[in-house]
Amino acid sequence: MPALGADMEAGTLVEWLVKPGDRVNSGDVIAVVETQKGAIEVEVFQTGVLSDILVPVGERVPVGTVLAQIDGAERATPAPAAEPVITPPPIVAPRKTPPLRAVVAPRVGRLKVTPAARRRAAALNVDIATIVTGSGVEGSIRLADVESAGAAPVRAAAKRGLDLSQMRKAIAAAMSRSKREIPHYYLTETVDLSAASTWIERFNVDKPPVERILPAVLFLKAAALALREQLRLNGAYENDAFVPSSNIHVGWAISLRGGGLIAPAIRDADKKSLAELMGAMRDLVERARRGNLRSSELTSPTVTVTNVGDRGAESVTGIIYPPQVSIVGFGRVVARPWVVDGRIESRPLVTVTLAADHRATDGHIGGLYLAAVARLLQEPEKL
Amino acid sequence: MSAPQTNPTATRITYREACKQALREALLADSRVFLMGEDIGRYGGCYAVTKGLLKEFGEERIRDTPLSESAFVGAGVGAAMAGMRPIVEIMTVNFSLLALDQILNNAVTIPHMSGGQFAIPLVIRMATGGGRRVAAQHSRSLEGWYAHIPGLRILTPATVEDARFMLKGALADPNPVIIFEHVMLYNMESDLSSDVTEVDIARAMTHRPGRDVSLITYGGSLSKALQAADALAADGIEAEVIDLRVLRPLDTKAILESVSKTRRCVIIDEGWRSGSISAEIGMRIVEEAFFELDAPLRRVCSREVPIPYAAHLEDACLPQTATIVAAARELVRPT
Amino acid sequence: MTDAEIRALILELIGEIAPEADLASARDQDDLREAFDLDSMDFANFVVALHDRLGVNIPEVHYNRLFTLERAIDYLRDAVAQ
Repeated sequence: MPALGADMEAGTLVEWLVKPGDRVNSGDVIAVVETQKGAIEVEVFQTGVLSDILVPVGERVPVGTVLAQIDGAERATPAPAAEPVITPPPIVAPRKTPPLRAVVAPRVGRLKVTPAARRRAAALNVDIATIVTGSGVEGSIRLADVESAGAAPVRAAAKRGLDLSQMRKAIAAAMSRSKREIPHYYLTETVDLSAASTWIERFNVDKPPVERILPAVLFLKAAALALREQLRLNGAYENDAFVPSSNIHVGWAISLRGGGLIAPAIRDADKKSLAELMGAMRDLVERARRGNLRSSELTSPTVTVTNVGDRGAESVTGIIYPPQVSIVGFGRVVARPWVVDGRIESRPLVTVTLAADHRATDGHIGGLYLAAVARLLQEPEKL
Repeated sequence: MSAPQTNPTATRITYREACKQALREALLADSRVFLMGEDIGRYGGCYAVTKGLLKEFGEERIRDTPLSESAFVGAGVGAAMAGMRPIVEIMTVNFSLLALDQILNNAVTIPHMSGGQFAIPLVIRMATGGGRRVAAQHSRSLEGWYAHIPGLRILTPATVEDARFMLKGALADPNPVIIFEHVMLYNMESDLSSDVTEVDIARAMTHRPGRDVSLITYGGSLSKALQAADALAADGIEAEVIDLRVLRPLDTKAILESVSKTRRCVIIDEGWRSGSISAEIGMRIVEEAFFELDAPLRRVCSREVPIPYAAHLEDACLPQTATIVAAARELVRPT
Repeated sequence: MTDAEIRALILELIGEIAPEADLASARDQDDLREAFDLDSMDFANFVVALHDRLGVNIPEVHYNRLFTLERAIDYLRDAVAQ
């Protein structure tokens, strides 16, 4: 069972997409598990023949539990050296290797749970991580909290799709942890979008709707490219150390109607064309809203970009999604007076913000980063 | 653990009177019993427990001693070795330090070092605790220290009944026993049932059952804990009040049973917190009932200063009903 | 196409993009983006869907003519007629 988020402790297997005897290749989706972030497709990172399914449909198991075994498993491609540190733990155990102990993802941002509550939770099969607020001393989760969680009606048979209340809890856990642990610093830069707006207009004007791009794509690309210059904003802070990533996998924040937010990865965003990014964004939005994302999409982001769109506020001050170390925010594009060559003109402006982890970088790096974003947006044709 | 008993045919006496009746009963029952201590004869005892006994039993059995705790406790050890049943009174625990060598190095070691050839059926009574506005040198609660010592049995009668009947058990014990009488209890009046004629000196007692939090205490703090339980009950919190009665050997089973039921515990100990009997109780709970706990343990102890003379400062130093209530409430209903 | 047909088509397409939407509540003057919580990507997809179903070209500069049902019906009626 892969860890599909910083605070995930367990998941429910809802569907097997392969059966014993099937050949599987690295990258294949082999199962669907339900998590707080909806049903997630689990990929396999080995090639071989699936010999045994160890966790039946409907069973809830902790992160790290071996789900299935593959005969003749060979690691298809070794993970690139600088792959994000948040790679999921092994999902499938190669057969005929020494017995595998369950790999339990270290829990960071400890919950306070009383011993009695923890034991009862195990007996009632209550996932403590789903209890948002404890009523005990110092906010600890105590017996009564577990018992009321255990008494809550068992949800109908797991289905694919989103459970927004579960997602709310996951967001609460991740964001609380972030605000508790991460010393954020915030920087803001207002960027003239005249060049970018004109360029997009021209780019879109003779294209059919499906090929048109949104300003958000330029933002995404500029944010990703600027990270190449400041790689210390890209990676993960774990176990008291920052581990940079040379791959720029942007978690694209997608809000869900009815509430909820998820930021699946657009991999190597700095290397993709604008059209590819538009396609990736469209695909992710659609699948995120259906609750149909893949495990690797949730675990691989090295940074988050949030764009409030044309109905949002003028600027957004983000909360970092742990263990990432930065989040870049783009506000609504607004027409405002702007001084150009000593004269005031009306210009489309966007407020770009950076919230970054002060343990990993200082404001100087962040300032350089925002300056790079601003510079890149002045030359949209090069994006 | 036994439950408190009530009886309509009870007589109302003070704790002091109960102590005296216990001594009289012992003197009458066994000719080997005699009392020794400072001012216990002509003066009647610094807390007047032995008043009148000199007249009734004579100088041979009610012996005023010189002001030398080491000498008269040592004499008690010797008398016990020789087959007597001495009951030695030390005015207060504060002065017992002068006799510590006799207690620690002689009384508790001789039975072991003699391979059991000598028993030391010695009973030492002493007053303990604060609240009488008699300042630092007369207000300590060192019973927890004594409870550290193997070979001693430490009794802390907190009720008239225990004051009346614990002595009998202590005298029957072949090993040294120390009885700590809290100074604020001597004037306490309570009904003494006519059909209780003995009590055990081994087990804790539940004075009040409850399901929400255990208040574990002994001696002078019991009445405060009971008042706290009343106040908590008015708030809908059911506190269980446990009187340890015996600090050594501790009735661990009773402690664990209560905490396993309530899952929350406040220990009230008039001793100083650091290295106290409350620390020992807390540790046993964590060692043996960790998985039962639904809240951190809490303690209400004396502030870690020499007990002040001024009344308001002394009150602020000692465990009080309000602080017990606050500690218990915080565990059950955190704000 | 009649106005009623255009209206029905618009709501059908929005229903595909925002399955949670309460289409019955749609009022002609409401901003569709507000009423159905459509973001830029949803709206872009809405235009793509209109383009596919009606075969009309909708330049980006005309997007603002699609923001309310009333205006969208006017705009699309004319566009289809051309």
